[in-house]
Amino acid sequence: MGGPILFVEQLFNGISVASLYLLAALGLALSFGLMRVINMAHGEMLMLGGYLAYLTLQVVPGPLGFLVAMPVAFLGTAALGAVVELTVIKRLASRPLDTLLATWGLSLILQQAARNLFGAIGVDVTAPAWLNHVLPITSGPLAGLSLPVTRLFILLIAIVVLGALAVFLAHSRAGLWVRAVNQDRAMAAAAGIDVRRVDLLVFAIGTGIAGLAGVMLALLGPVTPTVGQSYIVPAFLVVILGGLGSLVGTTAASLIAGLFSALVQIFVDVSFAQVLLLVFVIAFIQIRPQGVVASRSRALDA
Amino acid sequence: MRLAIASVMAALCCTAGRGAVAAHPVKVGVLQSLTGTMAISEVTVKGAELLAIDEINAAGGVLGHKIEAVVEDGASDPAIFAQKATKLLQSDKVATVFGGWTSASRKAMLPVFQRLNGLLWYPVQFEGNECSPNIMYSGAQPNQQILPALTWATNQGFKKYFLVGSDYVFPRTANLILKKHIESSKLQVAGEEYVPLGGTDFSAVIAKIQAGQPDIIFNTLNGDSNVAFFKQMGARGLSPAKLPVMSFSIGEQEATAMGPTLVQGSYAAWNYFQSLESPANKKFVAAYQAKFGAKAAVTDPMVHGYIDVYQWKAAAEKAGSLDPTQVRKAAVALAAQDSPMGKVRFAPNQSLFQRAYIGQLDAVGQFKIIFQSPAEIAPEPYDPLIFPGKTCKPN
Repeated sequence: MGGPILFVEQLFNGISVASLYLLAALGLALSFGLMRVINMAHGEMLMLGGYLAYLTLQVVPGPLGFLVAMPVAFLGTAALGAVVELTVIKRLASRPLDTLLATWGLSLILQQAARNLFGAIGVDVTAPAWLNHVLPITSGPLAGLSLPVTRLFILLIAIVVLGALAVFLAHSRAGLWVRAVNQDRAMAAAAGIDVRRVDLLVFAIGTGIAGLAGVMLALLGPVTPTVGQSYIVPAFLVVILGGLGSLVGTTAASLIAGLFSALVQIFVDVSFAQVLLLVFVIAFIQIRPQGVVASRSRALDA
Repeated sequence: MRLAIASVMAALCCTAGRGAVAAHPVKVGVLQSLTGTMAISEVTVKGAELLAIDEINAAGGVLGHKIEAVVEDGASDPAIFAQKATKLLQSDKVATVFGGWTSASRKAMLPVFQRLNGLLWYPVQFEGNECSPNIMYSGAQPNQQILPALTWATNQGFKKYFLVGSDYVFPRTANLILKKHIESSKLQVAGEEYVPLGGTDFSAVIAKIQAGQPDIIFNTLNGDSNVAFFKQMGARGLSPAKLPVMSFSIGEQEATAMGPTLVQGSYAAWNYFQSLESPANKKFVAAYQAKFGAKAAVTDPMVHGYIDVYQWKAAAEKAGSLDPTQVRKAAVALAAQDSPMGKVRFAPNQSLFQRAYIGQLDAVGQFKIIFQSPAEIAPEPYDPLIFPGKTCKPN
């Protein structure tokens, strides 16, 4: 089955899935790269973003509600991320296994809180009308192909977030501090950089991006207390594949993972594609243990 | 067996010793997923089962005992279902258990109920191909839901079928049966795709649907995946009005939670719809909404769960015992009883005689009934095309 249209369609779908993986994984890659903290509650930040979008749409209905929901979700989850950093992560920062357990517990608490507040049944977030249509291609060799505007929009948001993050890291004062701490924490501290504040900033930005990703997921899927769970595994996969703590690596890994599973799905079903993706990642890190882009932050004992 | 004897003795001692009013309640298990991906569907089944228990208690209980429900969470995980079933039978010593939704959960619990000689009342439509004396299968067999839907679709003139399902035993077996029947009727299968339970990425599935150009989609997705499927179909411009979808796991409540506009116009096949016009149904819906809110939706598996509790009570009273073996033997000998979904009774193969209905979703998440089978359909656990000569006779 298929033909060139299906192939091109799957190329587009692969890039679209990659954009979701990227949004879900960026925060994880940032906080792991800088602080060596594995945040098991990262998926719940996605979930929270979805619920914040739902709440925003209750307050601001209409076509522009969705545009309001994005900054609300970003700031809301970033604020929660900051609280988590100050109350939990900071106190356990030197004990990676304890942070793993603590954030896992936090993830369970957040899931149950969402269940108690909003019910086990998901809430309904509908894409606004200006997003909910397709862009048909009617001429040229790809006539017959149609691209959903929702997915194009998510792709655009992913590119904007990535660009903003790159500019922030490369050109701002705070970005300079982040890079300095990333290279050598002790040296940066000796040079007068408030390392703790940099940690806080990076963690908050990372969770904020996850919240934004949650809004995007709400366009395509359900908003339920457990929605984060289905994205946390691909996100970790992308972080490992990309090489920890590298923007370029995370982006490349998202594209590799997204395109790999989309193209494999031309021949097999979704379930089997997941198996093949895992096999592929295992094989890849056998050959290249440092990931797509080597980074000094990889070693836990660095 | 020890459990069985204990419960018989308990029943005897108290009815004999103190007349009609028993001192201690009868424990029954209610085991549904209250968390995880299946919670969207199962939490309300628990509600309906508890409603039946409350009603029976208000009317004097069963065999003179009040019923005490022990509610457990299967957490959408078959292993946890098995573990909680063991706990209910061994530690709580329940007389019977009402629960389960996915076939994976039922398959996981089956050996537990067989080993400990318990009795499970299973309220959901399933793929058949199973026949255990320790389970009462009140949900539809394939010939009571899937095949009537195929017959209806064939009569409507649909010729090319695309099968989409969650990747576990119900959709796989249901589609096996559907494919056999589609091919034997000289119709065409345009494609068959599976997504992991709880999966939310349908981009490739939808691309293949577009490539296969079916007349109708037969959807056996379960739980939250349905939201993602319909949202992404909608984003592709494939609303149910453009490409009909027949769903087997979307009821009133799922439709409401998904946002009815998303699924408006799509079809579903069940043995019960909230919109059924009968006095028994109106009474049941009113009672449920009085307890759980005026907007609460009522669905087919909920009604099956509700009926199961009443069937258990009637069977226990006919048997004069709470012993699982005697209860299940009495259950298949009961006369037809009126229920919210019409007259029902258990066949000797421990499945329910019931009617099939096809409904079309409206703008508020209710179904307009557009077809009903002329009579109650006898349950057939083994499809004759797939399992020729195989029959189900629990003893």
